[in-house]
Amino acid sequence: MLPPAEFVHWWFAAGFLIIGLLLLAEAVVGTKVWRRRAWRGYLWPSFLFLMGLLMWPVMTLYTNSTIHMLAHGSWAQAMMVAGAAELGLARGKLHSPYWSLTTAGALAVSASAILLHEQNGWFYARSAFLHHAIGWTCLIGALFPLARAFRPSSVAVRTGFALVFVVTAVFLFSDRDTAPIFGHLSPEAGQAHR
Amino acid sequence: MESHFATEAAAAHARRRSLRAAAIWLTGPATMLAGVAWAFVQPYRLTILHPHGQGFWWLLSEPPLYVVLVGLGFAVLLAPGLIEDLEEAEDAPSR
Repeated sequence: MLPPAEFVHWWFAAGFLIIGLLLLAEAVVGTKVWRRRAWRGYLWPSFLFLMGLLMWPVMTLYTNSTIHMLAHGSWAQAMMVAGAAELGLARGKLHSPYWSLTTAGALAVSASAILLHEQNGWFYARSAFLHHAIGWTCLIGALFPLARAFRPSSVAVRTGFALVFVVTAVFLFSDRDTAPIFGHLSPEAGQAHR
Repeated sequence: MESHFATEAAAAHARRRSLRAAAIWLTGPATMLAGVAWAFVQPYRLTILHPHGQGFWWLLSEPPLYVVLVGLGFAVLLAPGLIEDLEEAEDAPSR
């Protein structure tokens, strides 16, 4: 028996929280110190790639409409491409900081997919609110990896990039299908949960 | 006079370093604390507190505990080595 969809969202939230904390730590100590142990450089790109890989079974087993399937498929591809590019940078196979634009593109594509596949308004139910909130967070957050391509050593840019993942994790942890948001729930949304 | 400036610069350098090390050291416990606070605010998110009648997935899915575990993992597996490397890098003579 499959676990409910919100559980999968919480597992991915834990993954985003891990990535966010790793990026935050790298921003605090600086890339030079962070890469004093080679394995550390691979940590967050590996998590991102793995999460992209794990998104495929989610797409296969959980989506109940074409638009949901396309959205989940685009997240899987976006996370895998971004993770692979960042792994290439960490390994030294890729040299240009402009490869960070891959991550910016992946965030923008993911944000567009999450915004486009949510067909209800912000206050329909908690899941609808969170789709809009995560979509706009990722769309605006895409500016950080974009800026990182041009200013790779900026602490502010790196911290902002890390916080995009932390905030996304908080939103995903808040997910409860048809639960109300700020006390409001559309009568058409279904039975309320806490 | 020069040694006075050198002492002040060294003190400022050490302060900056200790701030960065403290930030790394605090990240794990702060994350764990956030998870514990969440558990107090929304105890119904922890099905292990009232496990009767819960299925396997409901007993496995304890989001506040996930947050605590992420913080614990950071504090135990990552922070000590990172702080050590940070101190080594700062203590190394600059060229």
